[in-house]
Amino acid sequence: MIVAEAKPIEDVIAMIDRYDKIILAGCKECVAVCAAGGEKEVQLLASALRTARKTAGRELEIREVTLERQCDPEFVEQIRGFAGDYQAILSIACGVGVQYMAEHYKQIPALPGLNTSFMGGSLEQGIWSERCQGCGACVLHLTGGICPITRCSKSLLNGPCGGSANGKCEVSPEMECGWQLIIDRLKALGEFEARFTELFPIRDWSTSRDGGQRKIVREDLKQ
Amino acid sequence: MHLLRAFEEGMDGVYVAGCLEGECHFLRGNLRAKKRVEHVKGILIALGINPERLQMYNLSAAMGGRFVEIAQEMTEKVRALGPTPVKTGEGREFFEEQGEEKQP
Repeated sequence: MIVAEAKPIEDVIAMIDRYDKIILAGCKECVAVCAAGGEKEVQLLASALRTARKTAGRELEIREVTLERQCDPEFVEQIRGFAGDYQAILSIACGVGVQYMAEHYKQIPALPGLNTSFMGGSLEQGIWSERCQGCGACVLHLTGGICPITRCSKSLLNGPCGGSANGKCEVSPEMECGWQLIIDRLKALGEFEARFTELFPIRDWSTSRDGGQRKIVREDLKQ
Repeated sequence: MHLLRAFEEGMDGVYVAGCLEGECHFLRGNLRAKKRVEHVKGILIALGINPERLQMYNLSAAMGGRFVEIAQEMTEKVRALGPTPVKTGEGREFFEEQGEEKQP
């Protein structure tokens, strides 16, 4: 899922200070699962923002909505009927959702209530961890199912580097060395000799962010 | 959510009464509630509301006397703090940096 976390509430209060009527839009997908932008978080943030405004002796009208997804036009369009009655849309979806709001409702500003952090999963209740950087050329079949792009701080394809010590990364004593994880996993799978002795060739990073904004076109699905 | 809404509606103080720790019918329910209360206190600080206005107490259903004590303690505490800025609209009463109330 896309993992995000709430911006400091002071920042959001400052962001909406000039508006008196806003839409607060949550999303029922990833950000709901990571407890940052679902229906409950919409209610909490709306209440907090109204309380802050009352404390300052002013009123704030908030229309609370939680869309099925903010990354699909048909759902984003569901607020079309009343969007024009408001001065801004505060989206607590990921960055995609905020941009979709901005693209669909050009007459009013779309504001981000979250910081979109990474693609990852939950380790346990309340803890999420990054797993994928969307590099566009997956090598997990060669690295024991552990991503070197994400788990190695330098995204090395031929690691580990000299900063690896006792299984930890030099970036932080709490951070595991991604390549140590890969080596241990390959050994456990009995694939160490076959995989680790083979060097990765120089990689074409154009499928990653280096190639600019990416787009996928599926001719079989297009209308 | 309910805690925050109470402050939004202009309550001067809110206290949560949970079971004694280790004796919750819902096992860890009161410990979870404690964490939620701490979280909401953090939100109150960000909103400029004195976090002392929110308290959690632990007592059993058989502790009627203690319940009265707590109610009186909370009433006195809230009375000393005065009306919530949510009602007065006079701005922040609590500043995180100083960790104390606004001086009149």
